[in-house]
Amino acid sequence: MITAILTRVGYALVSLFVITNYGLLLIGSMARISAKVQGRVGQPVWQPYLDIIKSTAKRNSISHGVMFYLGPVFRLAGGVGTYLFIPAVFGSALFRNFSDSGDLLLVMYFIFFGQLGMALGASEGGHPYSAIGVSRGLAQMTAFEVPFALSVIAVAIQYKTLDITAIVAAQQGGFLHWTVATNPVAVVAALIAFLGMSMHNPFSVVIAPQEIPIGPPTEYQSNLLGMLQTNRAIFNGAKLVLYMNLFFGGATSLPVMVIKTFLIYFINVFVGQAFPRLRVDQSIRFFLGAPTVIGVAGVIIALL
Amino acid sequence: MSDKHSIPGPLANEGLPLAERGLFCDAPPRQYQRANKITEAFWNWARAQSLWILGFGTGCGAIELRPLMTSRFDMYRYGIQPRPTPRQSSVFVIGGYASVKTLKRIVRSYEQMMGPKFVVALGSCTINGGMYWDSYNTIKRIDQYIPVDVYIAGCMPRPEALLAGFQELKRIIRAGRGEGQNEYARKFEWYKANQKQVIKDWNMPDYNW
Repeated sequence: MITAILTRVGYALVSLFVITNYGLLLIGSMARISAKVQGRVGQPVWQPYLDIIKSTAKRNSISHGVMFYLGPVFRLAGGVGTYLFIPAVFGSALFRNFSDSGDLLLVMYFIFFGQLGMALGASEGGHPYSAIGVSRGLAQMTAFEVPFALSVIAVAIQYKTLDITAIVAAQQGGFLHWTVATNPVAVVAALIAFLGMSMHNPFSVVIAPQEIPIGPPTEYQSNLLGMLQTNRAIFNGAKLVLYMNLFFGGATSLPVMVIKTFLIYFINVFVGQAFPRLRVDQSIRFFLGAPTVIGVAGVIIALL
Repeated sequence: MSDKHSIPGPLANEGLPLAERGLFCDAPPRQYQRANKITEAFWNWARAQSLWILGFGTGCGAIELRPLMTSRFDMYRYGIQPRPTPRQSSVFVIGGYASVKTLKRIVRSYEQMMGPKFVVALGSCTINGGMYWDSYNTIKRIDQYIPVDVYIAGCMPRPEALLAGFQELKRIIRAGRGEGQNEYARKFEWYKANQKQVIKDWNMPDYNW
C-alpha cells in the first residue's frame, strides 16, 4: 500500500517536472512565433529559463510581511494543484497524476484558488497598481468563468460523470467521438473562455507585463517572481491538458499530448496577433454576452 | 513664497513620523558576498542574457530607447525587455540629461532595484553635462551620484549605439565586473553627500529599499 502511494507520488513528481519544462518551452516558442508574425527575430526559445535563473540569482529581496510571501505560494499551489488532479496522458501510469472520480469540480476550484491567494499577497505589498491589477484580474476571471462553467456543465451532462478520466475514456475511438464533434457549441464557448484564461491579447490588460499597470506582481521580485514565472508555465500546461481532456479526446501518448496542446495554445497566437487589447470593462461585457449565450446553447444541446 | 518649499524635509529615516517609518527600510545598504566561482559565473551568464530595463525615461534620450522595441531593432532577441517597476528590473538606463528634480527620482528608483543592478548612462549629458554644461539645474556627471557601468556617448546616440552599449554591459556582467550594488554600499556616505549637495529640498528618507 505504502509502496503504491510512494510510486504514485514519484510518478506525479516526474509528471510535474515534464509539464513545467514543457510549459516553459511553450511560452518561449509562442513568444518567438509572435515575434515572427511581427517581423522580428524574437527572444530565444529558452528565454523563460534564463529569466527564472536570473530572478532566483538576485542577491537581495524585500518583504512586506507573511502574506506577501504566501501570495506566490498560494499561486504555485493553485497551479500545481490544478495539474496534479488532471490525468495528462490517458491510460499511462506515469502521467495519471492523482486523478479520481469527481476531480473536475476540484480542478475548477483550483483554477480560481491561485488568483485569490495572489490577491491576498499582492494587496499586502501595498502598491496601488497591485490592487488595480488584482481587481482587474478577478473581475475578468469572474466573467470568463461563466462560459467556461457552462461548457463544463455541458460536458458533465453529456458524459454523465465528473471524472476526467471517464470523460476521456468516453471520447476514445476516433475524431467523431471527441466533444468538439459531438457538442461543438459548448467547445466554442469554452475556447472563448480559454482566450481570457490565457490572458493573451485581446484579454491581456490584466497582466500587461511591460507596462505601468503590470498587475498583481508589481511589488514581487527576486525568487518570489521566479516562483510566479514557474507557476505560469505549470498553470499554462495544466489548462491546456484540461482542455485537451475535456474537448479534444485526451491523449494516449506523450507526443499526442504535445501536439494537441500545442495546437490548442496556438489559438491564442492566432487571435492575439489579429485583435487589439480590450479594456477590462469591455472584456467583461464581451464574456457575459455572446459566449455566455453560446454556453447556454451548449448546455441545452447536451440536455437534448 | 510658502515655507513648504524652503524648509528641507527630514534628513534621515529617524526624522520620519512614526507612522511612516515602517514603510521604509531602516538600515543602510550592505555589501553582498559573491557566490563561489563556478556558481557566480553561471549566474552572471544568466544575468547577462536576461536584462530587464526600467522603463523610466529620465531625459530626452529616452526617445532613443523606444525604437529598440520595434521590429527594426528588436532588443528582445538579446534578452532585453522593459519592465515597469524598479523591483523587477535589473538595468537602469539614464536617458540623457538629469535635472536635479529628476535626480531625486533616479536615486529613489535605483535604490529600490534589487541587486545585482546595472546602470547604462546614454548621451553626452550624463558624462560631462553635454549641451547643458552650464545649466544651473542639471548635474554634470551621473557617476558621482549612482555607480554607472556603461556610458554611451553621443547626442543622441542612435539605437544601434545603445545595442552596442548593451553588448558591452553583457561583457562586463559576464566578466564579473558588474558590481555597482556593492560599490554603492561601500561608498554610501560619499554618494549620499554628493546627492545631498545638489538636492536642496531633501524631503525623502535616506534609505529607500
